[in-house]
Amino acid sequence: MIQYLLLQGFQMMLVLAVAPLLIGIVRKVKSRLLCRIGPSVFQPYRDLIRLARKDVVVAHNASWLFLVTPYIVFSAIWVAAALVPTYALGLIFSWSADIIVIVGLLALARFFQALAGLDVGTAFGGIGTSREMMIASLAEPAMLMIVFTLSLLAQSTQLSSIAHYMMTVDVGLRVSCGLALLGLVMVAIAENGRIPVDNPATHLELTMVHEAMILEYSGRHLALIELAAALKLTLYLSMLVCVFLPWGMALNGAGTLTLVIGVGVYLSKMAAGGTALALLEVTVAKMRVFRVVDFLNFALMLGLLAALLLFVSRSI
Amino acid sequence: MPGQGLAFDVAHMLAGGMVTVSFMLLFQDRLFALIQFISLHALVLAMALAWQAYIQTAEHLYAAAALALMVKAVLIPVVLHRLVRRLRIERTVEVVVGVGVTMLFGICLVALSVVVMLPVAAKSPLMWEDLSFALAVVLLGLLIMITRRNAVGQIIGFLSVDNGMTLAAAGARGMPFLIELSIAFSALVALIVFVVSLSHIYKRFESADVQALDRFRGDTP
Amino acid sequence: MFLPFVLCLVPFLFAAGLLVTPVASRSWASFALYGVCLGVTCLLLAVGVLGLAAAGEGAPPQLMRLPLGLPGAGVGFRLDSLSAFFLIVVNFAASAASLFAIGYGRHEHAPGRVLPFYPVFLAGMNLVVVANDAYSFLFSWELMSVASWFLVIAHHRERENRRAGYVYLIMAAISTQALLITFGLLSDFGRVLDFEAIRTSPHAVDIARLAVLAAVIGTGAKAGLVPLHVWLPLAHPAAPSHVSGLMSGIMTKVAIYGLVRIVFDLLGPPEWTWGAGILFLGGITAVVGVLYALMQHDLKRLLAYHTVENIGIIAIGLGLALAFRANGFALGAALALTAALFHVLNHSLFKSLLFFGAGAVLTATGERDLERLGGLIRGMPVTAFCFLVGSAAISALPPLNGFVSEWLALQAILISPELPQWILKFLVPMVGAGLALSAALAAACFVKAFGIAFLGRARTVAAERAVETDRTSQAAMLILVAACVLAGLFPGMVVDALAPVVTMLVGSHLPVQSSNPWLTLVASTPERSSYNGLVLMVFIALSALLPALGIYGLASRKLRRAGAWDCGYPETSSATQYTAASFAQPIRRVFASVVFSASEQIDMPLPGDARPARLTLGMKDPVWTVLYRPLVETVNAAAAVVGRARTLSIRQHLSLVYAVLILLLVVLALWQ
Repeated sequence: MIQYLLLQGFQMMLVLAVAPLLIGIVRKVKSRLLCRIGPSVFQPYRDLIRLARKDVVVAHNASWLFLVTPYIVFSAIWVAAALVPTYALGLIFSWSADIIVIVGLLALARFFQALAGLDVGTAFGGIGTSREMMIASLAEPAMLMIVFTLSLLAQSTQLSSIAHYMMTVDVGLRVSCGLALLGLVMVAIAENGRIPVDNPATHLELTMVHEAMILEYSGRHLALIELAAALKLTLYLSMLVCVFLPWGMALNGAGTLTLVIGVGVYLSKMAAGGTALALLEVTVAKMRVFRVVDFLNFALMLGLLAALLLFVSRSI
Repeated sequence: MPGQGLAFDVAHMLAGGMVTVSFMLLFQDRLFALIQFISLHALVLAMALAWQAYIQTAEHLYAAAALALMVKAVLIPVVLHRLVRRLRIERTVEVVVGVGVTMLFGICLVALSVVVMLPVAAKSPLMWEDLSFALAVVLLGLLIMITRRNAVGQIIGFLSVDNGMTLAAAGARGMPFLIELSIAFSALVALIVFVVSLSHIYKRFESADVQALDRFRGDTP
Repeated sequence: MFLPFVLCLVPFLFAAGLLVTPVASRSWASFALYGVCLGVTCLLLAVGVLGLAAAGEGAPPQLMRLPLGLPGAGVGFRLDSLSAFFLIVVNFAASAASLFAIGYGRHEHAPGRVLPFYPVFLAGMNLVVVANDAYSFLFSWELMSVASWFLVIAHHRERENRRAGYVYLIMAAISTQALLITFGLLSDFGRVLDFEAIRTSPHAVDIARLAVLAAVIGTGAKAGLVPLHVWLPLAHPAAPSHVSGLMSGIMTKVAIYGLVRIVFDLLGPPEWTWGAGILFLGGITAVVGVLYALMQHDLKRLLAYHTVENIGIIAIGLGLALAFRANGFALGAALALTAALFHVLNHSLFKSLLFFGAGAVLTATGERDLERLGGLIRGMPVTAFCFLVGSAAISALPPLNGFVSEWLALQAILISPELPQWILKFLVPMVGAGLALSAALAAACFVKAFGIAFLGRARTVAAERAVETDRTSQAAMLILVAACVLAGLFPGMVVDALAPVVTMLVGSHLPVQSSNPWLTLVASTPERSSYNGLVLMVFIALSALLPALGIYGLASRKLRRAGAWDCGYPETSSATQYTAASFAQPIRRVFASVVFSASEQIDMPLPGDARPARLTLGMKDPVWTVLYRPLVETVNAAAAVVGRARTLSIRQHLSLVYAVLILLLVVLALWQ
């Protein structure tokens, strides 16, 4: 029992430790691709510590909601990220949330984040909030269609079971899998506000979304929100590799060596994923905000198409 | 001859890939992007044909694949590309009915083609899959044609209809090579007709928008 | 025996309504009346709970027949698990509303128009769910409609309310007519009115289809299924807020009860096409309802449109359950029906809560328009907290109750590929996407409602000076908040309580949840999917506490107040904030340009011109323009033709009557 709890606790700490590093890797690779040296991959940790030590400056008319939101956002996303299988399958609390619940937890974080954006009553918060909610309203159905496809394949919505199915059963070269992968990548890009949907590196661009929403935050609050954003990226990347590249994960009740290998494989997968994201970000340009609609519509159609094509190939 | 499972998987993936590329064609609004995607469409078609040739051990299909690769994936896009350059319409942004609505309609078309081909499923599931995907590509191509106002967009739509027909022909075993050849040939002829008429339209009306033609139909007073 | 209690308690409500009429304007009248209603509904709630518990232990339905109503036939009543469940739903929200009204009712300026009808309305809803023959069902249904109509036009001096009352009256009439047809078809044209007889007698296929169609129209018009929803957003906001809560929260549920009773219970084995039809309507209703809501900036009307959305979600569950049952998938049917009934309970809780919150805002500021509110979280912290929890619950956010029912509905959708019909195979994923879309849009809509009304800076003086509502109203809202949280954290208990209802209707139920470790909710098998709100809540609390302690202990705990970041242009006017309309602009542009053919016209004066800039929004309601306006025009044209008959002479009148008589005789001759 204790051992199982420890494994789950280790996963919680693992995602928390990996998240800033992932951001660091993405930034570093991007810098090198743009012929800059760039900051060290450990810079995000230093930034977080620096922010946590600073005083918090809060607007005069901010309410209690503004003050508790960073904690709600951080904890909801952290819990969600800790429930996605990373280095091992079937951890003790993995059953408490399936993929729909994880989407729900992310929606919870977004709900409070959006409210906090409106709390101070500045136009920046409003613009970010209203756009974030528009993007979410398109991304969530797309996500659900992908879940639908995966659960048609694996007969389950538990990520552990889906990964186990993908690992052990001969799935074959299904178009649906490819479409679901593409759709999930697009949803992940939109949800994390990466290029081409949003630019995480700027504060004053007219089309910004996430950064406008959190403009009023400072100090430890900002540190929590930044860490939550990093965790969200980690979550989506973990989900992608857990579903589509599950190899190397330790199965339920595996020995210590397998677990260590699992952690090593997970870390290298995350590094590879971060590099791929950086590559994508330097090769495409940011879209106008209303092009995002087409982008996400396409993701939704990919999901629907995947589900449809699966019907065809399933009935054979 | 590879195993039945793999044969089916690859055929499925290539045919499904064509449907996906058709969807991508649906929401492209720049002419160059459209041309690149029709080239990709033909490339996937050529691969699908080659795979069919391999698993059916039908040599004439290799020829069809090579033809598709050369004519549809390379020659036609290059010609179109030069045409667009020459007419200086590369910056034209297509007015599509509304991407969301069009795509939703497209999804319904795919569902429809799957259901329409159901009677085939009883005989041969493999053929059902092939034919329903091919029909979906044809219907999507027609949808592209009717949602585009620009003549180049309509050519692209026509080409994807043609690709869908070729796909269907390849899947149906025992289709004579002559018919396939004539389909490919007809595409070429159509292209020539299109290019010639497009040049004329453009010279006459200074626009590739086919709505400009409406005023000259003669049936309106 | 619990049924006699119900029938003894209901007359108290009638008596209360009657006795309060002469003294309605006294200051103590409202206190006394709502106190009595609170007591009676609490007792009825207890009866419902005991009845459901007894049904869970396998007690047979209780029947009673009273010598009232039609001569010779009498009226029948029955208390089975379905009735008991709906008694709980009705009376829990009704007792909360009565408690809320003890405080809220003092602000009523025309108590004589509200007090007598309120208990009658409650009595009508209670009688509908225990009625056991067509006569008593329709009688109670009409009682409910008429009493609520009086409540809608209570503030009849406002022009808008009169229109609402008019439209409501017409739609209520259509609803009753359709139900009359349903029972006419089912009862073999009036030969057997008793539900027991209807249940056992066989129905021809075509008759059953017609009956289902009429039942969907009849109950759908009351519940607010698109396109029969038009009266709902007009009528619900027009009533006083606690009545709005009742109408949205439970009267629509009573309509759902009618649908479930007729389609699942009385009609026997269903056809899959019924399920497909209800599913399709539900999907449309869910998406269109929330889109309407997003375009609104009247707080109460926004809530009313959300009722339309939630009715859509319930209809999706019911339609799926029918489709599964028609194909013999007992577990799927049980899952979908559990989802629908769970959502019935949830919606009655949070919609009442939200309407009470809107009522508190209305009394504090006199405003329903979001654009004239703002910053209320400072003046009304308790109301703000309650409204926040209600908003999160209705937006289907874990770990609250709204998420559980939506999760169950999605699980039911995810097993739908087992269904053999191709139409269902394609329809259900689309409906699933619609469900996810409506949940995401609902979240956007409640960010708007809460964010614009309660957060930011006050937009008017009234909003600036708002003070917290009274203690009893706060207590009513806090009770509902607790119910929302508990139902979210312990969903297994609700699912177990629903098991006898679901078993009665579809012959199967979900696995018993109370034996699951850690109180986990399992939809079908643990390998397939499971959810545990309690564990999540504990996890979230712990993982919020950990960094808080860490940062406060090791890093900084200082907090400084300063002005908001203004980019160097200090602008103090609260008009510079985002408004409800500007918040909805991206979504309006994406969705409404297709659905409502929304258009924007910008009139921007040139520099030097002193004219104000204007943005004009145009929107068309497709249901009105496509469906109702042609109907109204046809009726008017027909009325004009008939109107000409008034000017005829007596001889012409007589010959008209004579002609009709002859015509009828000819028809009779041809018929034989």
